[in-house]
Amino acid sequence: MANVHAIAEAAEHVNNVHWLWGKITWDAHTFPFLYDPIIAVTFAGVIVATLALLGALTYFRLWGYLWTEWFTSIDHKKIGIMYMVLAVIMMVRGFADALLMRVHQALASAGLFELLPAYHYDQVFTVHGVIMIFFVAMPFVTGFMNYVMPLQIGARDVAFPFLNNFSFWLTVSGAVLIMISLFVGEFAATGWLAYPPLSGLEFSPGVGVDYYLWSLNIAGIGTTLSGINLVVTIVKMRAPGMTWMKMPVFVWTTLCTNVLIVATFPVLAATLALLTADRYLGTHFFTNDMGGSAMMYVNLIWIWGHPEVYILTLPVFGIFSEIVPTFCKKRLFGYTSMVYATCVIMILSYIVWLHHFFTMGAGADVNSFFGITTMIISIPTGAKLFNWLFTMYKGRISYELPMMWTVAFMLTFTIGGMTGVLLAVPPADYVLHNSLFLIAHFHNVIIGGVVFGIFAGINYWWPKAFGFKLDPFWGKVSFWNWVLGFWFAFMPLYILGLMGVTRRISAFEDTFYAVYFFVALLGALMVGAGLLAFIVQILVSILKREELKCGDDPWGGRTLEWATTSPPPYYNFAFSPRVYALDAFHHMKEHGATRPTSGFVPIHMPHYTGSGIIISGLLTAMGFGLIFHIWWLAGITFLASVVWGIAHTFNYNRDYYVPADEVRAIETAGNPAAAGAE
Amino acid sequence: MASSIASPAPEGGYQFYVTEDPHHDHHGGDDEEHHHETGTMLGFWIYLMSDCLIFGILFAVYAVVGQNYAAGPSPADLFEIDKILLATFFLLFSSITYGFAVINMQQKKQNAMMFWLIITGLFGFGFLVMEVLEFEHLWHLGAGPGASAFLSAFWTLVGTHGLHVTAGSIWLVVLLVQVKMHGLTEANIRRILCLSLFWHFLDLIWIGVFSFVYLTGVLL
Amino acid sequence: MSAHDHSDHGSYRSYIIGFLLSVVLTVVPFWIVMADVDVSLGVALAVIFGLGAIQVLVHVYYFLHVTVQAEDGWQFMSLLFTAILLIIIMSGSIWVMLHLHENMMPAHDQIERVRDVK
Repeated sequence: MANVHAIAEAAEHVNNVHWLWGKITWDAHTFPFLYDPIIAVTFAGVIVATLALLGALTYFRLWGYLWTEWFTSIDHKKIGIMYMVLAVIMMVRGFADALLMRVHQALASAGLFELLPAYHYDQVFTVHGVIMIFFVAMPFVTGFMNYVMPLQIGARDVAFPFLNNFSFWLTVSGAVLIMISLFVGEFAATGWLAYPPLSGLEFSPGVGVDYYLWSLNIAGIGTTLSGINLVVTIVKMRAPGMTWMKMPVFVWTTLCTNVLIVATFPVLAATLALLTADRYLGTHFFTNDMGGSAMMYVNLIWIWGHPEVYILTLPVFGIFSEIVPTFCKKRLFGYTSMVYATCVIMILSYIVWLHHFFTMGAGADVNSFFGITTMIISIPTGAKLFNWLFTMYKGRISYELPMMWTVAFMLTFTIGGMTGVLLAVPPADYVLHNSLFLIAHFHNVIIGGVVFGIFAGINYWWPKAFGFKLDPFWGKVSFWNWVLGFWFAFMPLYILGLMGVTRRISAFEDTFYAVYFFVALLGALMVGAGLLAFIVQILVSILKREELKCGDDPWGGRTLEWATTSPPPYYNFAFSPRVYALDAFHHMKEHGATRPTSGFVPIHMPHYTGSGIIISGLLTAMGFGLIFHIWWLAGITFLASVVWGIAHTFNYNRDYYVPADEVRAIETAGNPAAAGAE
Repeated sequence: MASSIASPAPEGGYQFYVTEDPHHDHHGGDDEEHHHETGTMLGFWIYLMSDCLIFGILFAVYAVVGQNYAAGPSPADLFEIDKILLATFFLLFSSITYGFAVINMQQKKQNAMMFWLIITGLFGFGFLVMEVLEFEHLWHLGAGPGASAFLSAFWTLVGTHGLHVTAGSIWLVVLLVQVKMHGLTEANIRRILCLSLFWHFLDLIWIGVFSFVYLTGVLL
Repeated sequence: MSAHDHSDHGSYRSYIIGFLLSVVLTVVPFWIVMADVDVSLGVALAVIFGLGAIQVLVHVYYFLHVTVQAEDGWQFMSLLFTAILLIIIMSGSIWVMLHLHENMMPAHDQIERVRDVK
């Protein structure tokens, strides 16, 4: 009842839009920390931390450095690192939400105490899902693809360096809007895909769903542009001799991932745009009345949603495919089948979407079709697992951190995949749909697959990016906490799901489930310790960087990213490598190739530009204006961003040549061995 | 095994780095420019494909809810096919005049090219005027986007196409200024070719709109 | 460089052929509807969609200059891929939504029943 009342009150609210302030009311409606102690404490904490950070940046005079060296950078490596930083920050936020939910459910299921009011709890699980998918997993994999792929194909940058910077800042723009929603207004309380009619104006009259829509609309543009950019990079900029079947598997998975991005994010954009139109222009696409069809939204969003799952996992499969051969000291087993499996997954991921809504009432033939395609898609994924296993078979495996994560992935992900096949059976899905079994399943594949892969990748490529290894002790602490914590956190959810507990429940009548929720809480705390240990690992490694220094090729790498210095110079390769074999760098080493140490030539490079961050900043303000119906702000910032964009095209002076002397200085200084060889 | 994947060594052994052509990178700008140009065209083409999917969704939505009139007007009550035919011809003419502009551009006839681009822009403008008049007409009949799911889908599909034409027209004007300022440079040629793809692509989408929305709508 | 690069961006002749074809392919379906030509609905729809599809191909070939060779086949391949996706998305959505409409929208039958009672 309280909810209905709140909705009625909020509906009244919509109709009184101030010309200057829009829907901002200068009271607890817009500023929830004024009445909610949890938000108040968080708010105070964030404000203090932000002020401390800003103060430190100012005190150490780092603003100029950050602006000229990072924010305006169009170097794919720096953009890749910025994506990773964004993802780590957002992961802390997303995990805080997860912990909040676990604490709340544990206490509530024991009948002790309800930490969060239901409406707030709904916002927390929504924002957790949105952040983890769009602003943690996506930036992580995009960061890897940005950093590693151009190096692996022997290129100097991506095809459209400015666009790359712009894409990154659009993603940040979306993240910023979501962060603002924590303190100003509210976030959607609809679940992470915001199904109508709940997300329509009638049932969600507040600003929450608008935050959701504009944040994803803006970030989605960035993701699409980045997808186009990376596809063209792979098609056009491979080093001479790198034919299709000589591309590293990570490049293949990057290609397929970005094809999927280009082919599905427009679907998301269109679907969200239609919901936006419903909320802003009074259209009736997904409403209950006037001929709208809410089920159409569910259908459309999953046409994007299922390929999105593979957008996250394919690059991670690529990461493992680089790590396994390196740490087993042998060539990847079944390279060709790996490539075909990737391509088959790319295509098949388009014809499985309905398995997300078997229970919505399609007939038996529709459900069987999509059930069978879903089972089929597990076959190429299984083939990949066998390829990794056969690569390990009779290999000289060294269990360094990247390999440890890989093995943990293989065990965990397989279980998650199998529960997925269970869910693909429509009659079983009728029992398990929207239960905690489903929650356990997709966390099992996303954490066990994507997150473990991300940590494997970070430990593997960190030396590439910075020239020193990550501290193994804290890495292992993080590893064991994450892996065991994951099992403690999600196995109880499988059991609870089988017992019929549904997702998105904030309160429980029956205390019978409490023990399971407490075990899950224990797991979540362990994962939290793992996350903390990861951050400690990075800090400790930076402090001990001299000790951990490791040279250009610490792992005995096989692909071209290890052919340049670690960290690479901003132009990546003074001379383009030429490729004769799969595992090109391994081939080079076999033939004793060394980097040329003379005959340096000028290198063509693009200028840095601030346009990306400025336009994105304007669009963030536009998004805020639209969310709060501050039309003048939205209009002005939109026009300004268009004008700035057009003005940007009037700048024809976009690149320059790095003089040969500078290249020589960098190459010989960063590479004493080569200098000696001269 | 390894030999099956490695290409056989060329004569004189493997050359692992591209060093033999020291001026590879700035060899009259040709190679480099060529490289970037083809990259841009392919990138823009891929963007168009993704845009095509946006329209695909709008068409799918129209197919699903396009007959939900909610006791309101149906296509036969609203559409004036003769005017749509005129608008269609505006777009068709603008497509061929853009083609003439590209031909003149290839022959380095800057003024003729600009003339044809201006004609193209005028046809585009004519199309937009027709569309605005149609929307105004519908609005006054009370057939706005909120009147039924059919009209929501109609306004959104046709309106999205119209917004694209608007954006294309603005781009056209910007390009005219840039060509005036800098002439037919490599960068400007690239932009004119990109806009050409965009413009013809919009014409192509319009074929779907008039077949599927207008003609079929009136027939049913 | 532009000479060899852009030679496939068409000539007056090819543009005019494309244009004339488009005119015919546009006028015929409009004529069928506007002149109320006496054919069955199925035939009329088949003509409209058939000629529309042909006109799309005409535009792709004569105006967009898509060929199998351009961009090492990438342009054609991406177009084909997009076409397949469009077919999957559109036919899939219509199939799924027809089912859902059939099974999950009982309102219609109920309304009919109430009407019959009256």
